[in-house]
Amino acid sequence: MARKAGLFDLRLVIAVLFAIYGVVLLVVGLGFTEEADLAKADGLNINLWTGIGMVVLAALFAVWATLRPVIVPDVPDTPDLPTGQPSGTEG
Amino acid sequence: MPVLAQVDLRLDAGPLDYTLLAVYFVFVLGIGFLARRSVSSSLDFLLSGRSLPAWVTGLAFISANLGAIELLGMAANGAQYGMATVHYYWIGAIPAMVFLGLVMMPFYYGSKVRSVPEFLRRRFGKGAHLVNAISFAVAQVLIAGVNLYALAFLLNLMLGWPIPLSVVIAAAIVLTYTALGGLSAAIYNEVLQFFVIVAALLPLTIVGLHKVGGWDGLVEKVTGGPGGAEQLSAWPATELTGIQNPVLSVIGIVFGLGFVLSFGYWTTNFAEVQRALSAKSMSAARRTPIIGAYPKMLIPFVIIIPGIIAALVVPEMAALKAGEESGVVYNNALPALIGELLPNGMLGIAITGLLASFMAGVAANVSSFNTVFTYDLWQDYVRKDRPDEYYLRVGRLATIGGTVVAIGTAFLAAGYGNIMDYIQALFSFFNAPLFATFILAMFWKRMSAAAGWAGLVAGTLGAVAVFVLAETGVLDLPGQGASFLGAGVAFAVDIVVSVVVTTFTRPVPEERLVGLVYSLTPKEDRRHSTTGEDAGWYRSPLLLGIGVLVLTAVLNIVFG
Repeated sequence: MARKAGLFDLRLVIAVLFAIYGVVLLVVGLGFTEEADLAKADGLNINLWTGIGMVVLAALFAVWATLRPVIVPDVPDTPDLPTGQPSGTEG
Repeated sequence: MPVLAQVDLRLDAGPLDYTLLAVYFVFVLGIGFLARRSVSSSLDFLLSGRSLPAWVTGLAFISANLGAIELLGMAANGAQYGMATVHYYWIGAIPAMVFLGLVMMPFYYGSKVRSVPEFLRRRFGKGAHLVNAISFAVAQVLIAGVNLYALAFLLNLMLGWPIPLSVVIAAAIVLTYTALGGLSAAIYNEVLQFFVIVAALLPLTIVGLHKVGGWDGLVEKVTGGPGGAEQLSAWPATELTGIQNPVLSVIGIVFGLGFVLSFGYWTTNFAEVQRALSAKSMSAARRTPIIGAYPKMLIPFVIIIPGIIAALVVPEMAALKAGEESGVVYNNALPALIGELLPNGMLGIAITGLLASFMAGVAANVSSFNTVFTYDLWQDYVRKDRPDEYYLRVGRLATIGGTVVAIGTAFLAAGYGNIMDYIQALFSFFNAPLFATFILAMFWKRMSAAAGWAGLVAGTLGAVAVFVLAETGVLDLPGQGASFLGAGVAFAVDIVVSVVVTTFTRPVPEERLVGLVYSLTPKEDRRHSTTGEDAGWYRSPLLLGIGVLVLTAVLNIVFG
């Protein structure tokens, strides 16, 4: 039995999620951070820094997925074993 | 979290935070729909068609365990006991995970069993199989309920959502993606969840450390605090074990937690092993727990350290630690610190991370329950020899049924707070003797079928006996000592009973044990391929395993 064309690439899903999160936090960190927010996080603009980190993570996953795409072989490279009940009887 | 906190832990989440949370839910459900396309057989649905790469199954392996009780509980232990909590990771997880990958996986994956109970059926026949399959299935739906309740409780505390509403919404989301995409959807979401949790906890840790004045500030404040300097070193952990003698305390940790409890959990709990069984090759299956061990080794730094910091910077937590009545419990450490330090934006990520962790825990319970129910209970004992589509349908229905029972358990837990503790205890009874039975099963071909179930039952009763003695005060072991001792007794009783029963009963015919027992499995069958996508020294399970053990030893010395 030939498998359906493999699963979607999880790495791209991770990249997209963190790109969205990263950009949102970057924008909030750059443009919408008030004194109260800074004071709460002990003076760190944590939204900005986390946003940068997330964008970098997203980029890494995107690069990885691009450089090493999932290859779905036409024929499965290992012969599929029967998926039913394994042989052997009960004792 | 049985005790209601009096202190207001309400987070002032704004529209931005809710939007970030909503984006996550869209992704979670989207993964369910996308994964559905690849489900065409029961094996696809219940074991991801054995097709996943090792990094995916490896991260899912630890994410499945990174649920509600783990996250809040370990931060709580950090706040209460300090650095000794790292033993739950460095002693209580890493060695067992490496052992699973190097020693046991060749039999699990190589024998092509589809579940842990199925291994017992083929090794021992029906007795041990029924004991294990039923106890596992029951424990998983109950634990799923406990996880659901813990999630709803936290949502109520942090966001003010009504508990029944949260239970039903969270269950509906988990049910939607697991019923659609099966194990693949659960595993993919676990990987996504892993990154979201780290994205939530790492910034929290950084802000927290900044607040207390860096690592030096942390050391200074803890040393000057009620816990004292000993809370900064992992050994000998007398407070954690409740054993006053330092030597006995170390022995308790190494044997009780490190050997019996952790090996029992990590190597035989199907919710974990299932992740490795879904890997695409023997090599990937063996690497699954070992790849998971690397992040597992580091994750205490973003869970336990925030716990320690919470006890320093959150006034109510500090008061609790100083022995005053403050209206919070240690389990609130993580949410309290989040509320104290994170501004809107990061707050949304942190809430998302907590929710992600809770839901993935429930999904891991449900997705292992449906497999055991379908293959081990329904197919073996109720309806044999039906076409595969039939079992795919049973798997989907079991997912729905399991979730409904879990919702019921969640409401039960909401009514009776203590029930959560009892369910946890119940689970540990079943778990404690399993490792003894498996290790004998895999390495002692003489072990008879009767010894399989007799050892399990006797070991479980041994753990129950210790639990009862500790509850009634006959044994005086505060802290975690009682559970360490219970696990040790269960292990010893299981071994003794298995050996004694074996000497009086007939062995299982050897020809049925090929692939299941070490001495009867040809060497080629245990070996994994080292070509194609399994090639390269960096994909060698042995090398990776030794690497993580060495690094863990170094960490123990540095933070000892």
